[in-house]
Amino acid sequence: MTGPTRRETFILGAAGLIPAAAVAQEQPRRGGVMTVHFATEQRILNPSLQASTGVYIVGGKIQEALLDLDAEGNPVGVLAESWESAPDGLTHTFRLRRGVTWHDGRPFTSADVQFTAMEMWKKVLNYGTELQRFLSEVQTPDPHTAVFKYERPMPQGLLLRALPDLGYISPKHVYENGDVRQNPANTAPIGTGPFRFVQYERGQFIIAERNPNYWRDGMPYLDRVVWRVVTDRAAAAAQMEAGQILFSPYSSLTIADMQRLGRDPRFEATTRGNEGNVRNNTLEFNFRNPVLADARVRKAIAHAINVPFFIENFLGPFAKVGTGPIPSVSTDYYPGVVEPQYRFDAALANRLLDEAGQRRGAGGVRFNLRLLPAPWGEDIALWSTFIQQSLQQVGIRIEVVRNDAAGFLRGVYNDWAFDLATGWHQYRSDPAVSTTVWYRSGSPRGAPWTNQWGWTDPRIDGIIDRAATEVDAARRKALYADFVKAVQEELPLWMPIEQIFVSVFNRRLRNVANNPRWASSSWHDTWLAS
Amino acid sequence: MRVFRLAFGRLLASLPTLVLILVGMFLLLQLAPGDTVDALLAQMGGGDAQLAEDLRRFYGLDLGIAARLGQYLGRLVTLDLGFSAIYGKPVATVIVERLPATLLLMVSALSFAFFAGLLLGVVAARRVNRWPDTLISTLGLIFYATPSFWFGLMAIVVFSVYLQWLPAGGFSEVGMGYTGLTAVLDTARHLVLPTLTLGLIFLAIYLRIMRASMLEVLSLDFVRTARAKGLTETRVVARHVLRNAMLPMVTLIGLQAGTMLGGSVVVESVFALPGLGRLAYESVVQRDLNTLLGIVFVSAILVIVINFLVDLLYARLDPRIEA
Repeated sequence: MTGPTRRETFILGAAGLIPAAAVAQEQPRRGGVMTVHFATEQRILNPSLQASTGVYIVGGKIQEALLDLDAEGNPVGVLAESWESAPDGLTHTFRLRRGVTWHDGRPFTSADVQFTAMEMWKKVLNYGTELQRFLSEVQTPDPHTAVFKYERPMPQGLLLRALPDLGYISPKHVYENGDVRQNPANTAPIGTGPFRFVQYERGQFIIAERNPNYWRDGMPYLDRVVWRVVTDRAAAAAQMEAGQILFSPYSSLTIADMQRLGRDPRFEATTRGNEGNVRNNTLEFNFRNPVLADARVRKAIAHAINVPFFIENFLGPFAKVGTGPIPSVSTDYYPGVVEPQYRFDAALANRLLDEAGQRRGAGGVRFNLRLLPAPWGEDIALWSTFIQQSLQQVGIRIEVVRNDAAGFLRGVYNDWAFDLATGWHQYRSDPAVSTTVWYRSGSPRGAPWTNQWGWTDPRIDGIIDRAATEVDAARRKALYADFVKAVQEELPLWMPIEQIFVSVFNRRLRNVANNPRWASSSWHDTWLAS
Repeated sequence: MRVFRLAFGRLLASLPTLVLILVGMFLLLQLAPGDTVDALLAQMGGGDAQLAEDLRRFYGLDLGIAARLGQYLGRLVTLDLGFSAIYGKPVATVIVERLPATLLLMVSALSFAFFAGLLLGVVAARRVNRWPDTLISTLGLIFYATPSFWFGLMAIVVFSVYLQWLPAGGFSEVGMGYTGLTAVLDTARHLVLPTLTLGLIFLAIYLRIMRASMLEVLSLDFVRTARAKGLTETRVVARHVLRNAMLPMVTLIGLQAGTMLGGSVVVESVFALPGLGRLAYESVVQRDLNTLLGIVFVSAILVIVINFLVDLLYARLDPRIEA
């Protein structure tokens, strides 16, 4: 994967960013320090124990996964060179790369894969525990082969799409003794990646340096990567302008600053390179409130909100109207615009509410609801205020109850003390990873971002379960189309806005955003122009 | 010897307050919805219920409130502040790592505010109701009315982004491995803007207090006597007025030492400094009870010590006051 592919060159050229010829001609320069904005400090840095963008942004350069995604968004081998799956979906064999060593000099072998899969992915890693629930063992016939055995069929497409995020490998010899959660290597990671961990000063910075024994010859180009902890968004934008930060990932600046820096010729603000990291703004309904258990009321609420107006005036060019729980960037599973969609129609909203028996009372108010907005992202705060004002027009009075992260999760997903909630649904490459859990019934109380709405639909549960173990790709896609249609009809929650995270780059950085999860990937071919 | 006995007495008298603060804090944080595992799940972006249950056991949250409070106080008797959930290290270590930045920022900002406020207050009082006084008083009002995050951001925009004189944030140049004098100068350069930002608001208060206090003392009889003796105006102000006018300033510095610890959350965030204020804020958001209580404990001790020093200073400035 040296140099950009044709399609990527086309994208870069089409966007008018760099002339296609220049991309082909420029020779990578060795050396330089890449400084990165680190907005949310994490407790650990090991991506085989915690799946979150805040961990990948650091740990993804130090440790590597079995696979990553290429420029087209297809799985490409990293620590695995090739793979094959048995037709029944019960056995998946990975042939591992030879001659790879850990940063401490020990060789990388199939024992590391076995240990990480069984002790970390299956037991500790969030989303991994769910994905690998039916993983029964990992066989290691030789040091360069790992055979994954499942009790139930595991669709190859699901596994390969999930592994770039949920397939990071940790060294067995470092972790085999003691509790993996308390291992000191969690904040001083040891991996096989292009950069070697040097120093972590909490609240200040993390430093990693070039791994001289990296298995890709001549890489990485950068001497060092330095992550600077900056929690204040406005201050981070100022540091970018002062040249102290060269890259701010995952929409960590304010919407206004991202747009402002995007107009500045020194910077680029783009969703490119984040296509694998799409999120929907949600509107979640609590069915324990009898008013909301009536489908007509839920549909009336959706019709009362003018989503295109909100996007145009508040979110700007980085968002678009969403059409359901599977976003349009999901090349494998997006079913297109599936009706019903809930377009803005205040008259229809009023009629539906009247039909549901919710007549206007004193002051034109039909009923009151509590709305709990999630505290991540300025877009959610704006979205909840917009909902409040839109619903006022159709006679629904909203009280917005703002909490911090812990308070929000507890209030919505454990105490069920809400009528409406808004947050993000994050789509992670395949609907079975973190999407269908929002709809599947039977999730234990307290599990965040799952169906805690007091709503059950056995038919939809059935589709979800069949799709999760369907090994035929075409049939799987059809099942997910059925799923989208069914949940759009029922509307247990609504996902009307689709947003891709925004990266802000200093234009001196080259070979950036060249795969759909670039901010999380290894940066082995990134370089810095003088 | 008397000083030590006094100090010991003070500490003993503040023990009940300290315990009350810690217990109150502990109970108050129980009222906040959600615990550190919820915060961790929010950070991870998800996890199943089994995982959450494992984590609660891991952080010792499966016990009751009374049991945990008992455990905490029991440990505190042996001066063990416990283990931090976010940092995975002993709380004492985490705090000691953050203390230098906080103290450095606090002491430099407080000294700047104190001395600049003193100077400007004296100038304003001596030119009362003339243009220097009006100018200084107006500036003071502007400093006092401006939110510190705005001051900080504007300072960054002007001095770091446009003029490029000073760094925009951080405590030192990352990864340069400076030692000795270079390291000191490097940190000093990084602290100029945060010190000014934090100091300006306090400066406004000090200069107003100093001005009022000077005006009051200047009207007293002994000043008239001094002038009648034929002393020069400078000598009157320096030797006779200043010393008496300083008492309210010293009181204020003792009171504000506590405020400054908390007040620096904003400045630390804007300038990305690794201080106690930000640590406390993060501990609340992440529901890291041990770390938060540890900070409260250390801050309370710091305030007690500073107030003790202020009392000693009182006695020195005005022998009529018995410490």
